[in-house]
Amino acid sequence: MANAKKNNPSVAGKTLAWFDHRLGLLKPAMEAAEHPTPERSASWWYVFGSAATVLLVLQVMTGILLALVYTPSAAEAWNSLQFLNHNVTLGWFLRAMHGWGSDFMIAIVLIHLVQVFMFGAYKFPRELTWIVGVFLLVLTLGMAFTGQVLRFDQDAYWGLGIGASITSRIPFIGDPMVHMLLGGPIIGGATLSHFFALHVFVIPGILLALVGLHVWMVLRLGINEWPMPGRIVNKATYEREYHETTEKTGIPFVPGAAWKDAVFAAAIILSVMACAWFLGPIGPTGQPDPTIIQTSPRPDYAFLWLFAVLAYLPPELETPFIFIAPALAIGAMLALPLLFGEGEKHWSRRPVAVVMVTVIAVALGVFTHLGMHEPWSPVMNAWSGDAIPAAYLKNRSPLERQGALVLQNKQCRDCHALGGVGGQRGPALDGVANRLTEDQLIRQVLQGGGNMPAYGKALSPAETHALVSFLETLRGKDEPPAEDYSRKLANSGAMQVSHVPAYLSVH
Amino acid sequence: MSTHDEHGMPPLSAEVTPDDLARAAAHSRRAFLFKLSLALNGVVGAFMAVPILGYILGPALRKTSSYNFWVALGSVTEFPAGQTRMAEFVNPVTGVSDGMTAKVACWVRHIEDQKFQVFAINCAHLGCPVRWFEQSRLFLCPCHGGAYYEDGSRASGPPERGLFQYDYTIANGKLMIHAGAMPTLANEACNQKKPLTQIQTPAVDGMAGSAGKEV
Repeated sequence: MANAKKNNPSVAGKTLAWFDHRLGLLKPAMEAAEHPTPERSASWWYVFGSAATVLLVLQVMTGILLALVYTPSAAEAWNSLQFLNHNVTLGWFLRAMHGWGSDFMIAIVLIHLVQVFMFGAYKFPRELTWIVGVFLLVLTLGMAFTGQVLRFDQDAYWGLGIGASITSRIPFIGDPMVHMLLGGPIIGGATLSHFFALHVFVIPGILLALVGLHVWMVLRLGINEWPMPGRIVNKATYEREYHETTEKTGIPFVPGAAWKDAVFAAAIILSVMACAWFLGPIGPTGQPDPTIIQTSPRPDYAFLWLFAVLAYLPPELETPFIFIAPALAIGAMLALPLLFGEGEKHWSRRPVAVVMVTVIAVALGVFTHLGMHEPWSPVMNAWSGDAIPAAYLKNRSPLERQGALVLQNKQCRDCHALGGVGGQRGPALDGVANRLTEDQLIRQVLQGGGNMPAYGKALSPAETHALVSFLETLRGKDEPPAEDYSRKLANSGAMQVSHVPAYLSVH
Repeated sequence: MSTHDEHGMPPLSAEVTPDDLARAAAHSRRAFLFKLSLALNGVVGAFMAVPILGYILGPALRKTSSYNFWVALGSVTEFPAGQTRMAEFVNPVTGVSDGMTAKVACWVRHIEDQKFQVFAINCAHLGCPVRWFEQSRLFLCPCHGGAYYEDGSRASGPPERGLFQYDYTIANGKLMIHAGAMPTLANEACNQKKPLTQIQTPAVDGMAGSAGKEV
């Protein structure tokens, strides 16, 4: 464009010059676009930050478009989402883009974080860029949670209940904090308005401002060079070396590196569109009627791991964990560049970093997987829906079959699987007679224990007798039932001969 | 501010060093007025912060007990003795846009005669809606598998305690409960020491701990 302006003062060139004389933005913009980038950093590994920014723009755009129709009122929100899905031309597609865009954005932000961490890009002088990035991650997750609430369905309603219950565990000020969160005494209109304001004004405002700061620092400090084993970051010499290298061997960001960012951004947007087109909008599930309790609330995928952790924590550890663990995690991420601002950048020289990333990724993956399958939750309709395998009833006495009925009717199946079908909260009952004797079965059923409620009050003696008779038949073919050795001895009379050791009384 | 101010400053003399000039500039009338304007805005900001904070913190500053009122769940005859049934009521404190979320569900257990237990629908773990299973006489939570016995006490799973209970009373053949704020660990844990029923007479307050009292 500079050439065009000089050689051929066309109308376009003149217009541009008129504006730039008043704005003065052309020169700094060109400088920013052409800032020297370390040659090897013009890599496909460096495209995730720009992709996250592009996704943010997509979210802002689709969000504004949804706001044209969406009604942030507890009485209307769910209906307005149905209206968007079914009555507004391409409303479903816009909702789908916004929903899938948010999933992609979290994924890309996490990948960006891991890449920056593994490449040591948080080290001097880019500590503050990383710290701002940590806040951007928290804000992105905040957008995901508040956005999930705006999809004002059953999951959103009970998700807010979980949020309020967690908040209520804050020591001393739990109660007022719950009312702050909900905007009143219950989950209702004020709650949705609060989350709408957060999702649409407060968090995006801070997010956009911090993204500006983040990008400004990237431009000012330069793109991280490709880490090399043995190339140590030293605060005294790093900046001089970086500038010398980039001035000598660097390439202008536009077009040298930017084309990869652009291609990746296009691929990501296309992927979002493909997911939106083929998989459709996310929800809404059932309407947020608090009296419809036939529901299994579950958070969106970004929070499934947390959902799983909350199921597995021992009760007494839960409250401390909920408040201390996130504070420690965020605190550690904020402190990271300040504590380890110098030294090796290359992953092959940072085994602890590699192990940490691997362990955290595997843990998050496993908990997310568990969160999808919820093995800890009773299967509420297994007792009425899942049949007992026919083989388990063949050649059984009437009493044992009566016991099988008791097993179904008393909802044992909700927590215990038979033939691979049923709840997974408790152990599967195939083969239970291999493990427990009749006495142990009766005790376990009546008194409970471990994670099992006591059924003493819910079962008559006859029902217990029948149930245990049936459970006694549940063992592998040709496998002996569990035996109580002391009882055998007692029955044989050997116990009465107290001075003869048991092992001498051979039968 | 470090530049020489021609109008506000005395003429240069030999004794005046650049340091003095800078200090003088910092104490010039303009600098003073600027600082004064900052202070003025600080005061205005503080004044403005009071109503803004009051507005934002409004819901938090209100006591939970001020949200709670006596609500009728229906005639006592709707809850047969020996059974546990779901009941619903409209929250006594609602906003204009609450819609269906103004409704609240709860479990009513009629033990015998005038003895009831009214349980919150919210699991004591993380607030999900518990379901009653008549056959096994258990409440089960779909979120993390908390289980409670029919008297609301904890049976198993992650909850630390039994189900939350509403105070109830029977008036004119109607079952009334004292409700209004979502039951959570924060407000129900207090209830064990101090009853929700502030509107009752001190004599009844003395019986605080025991659910299942009547007026």
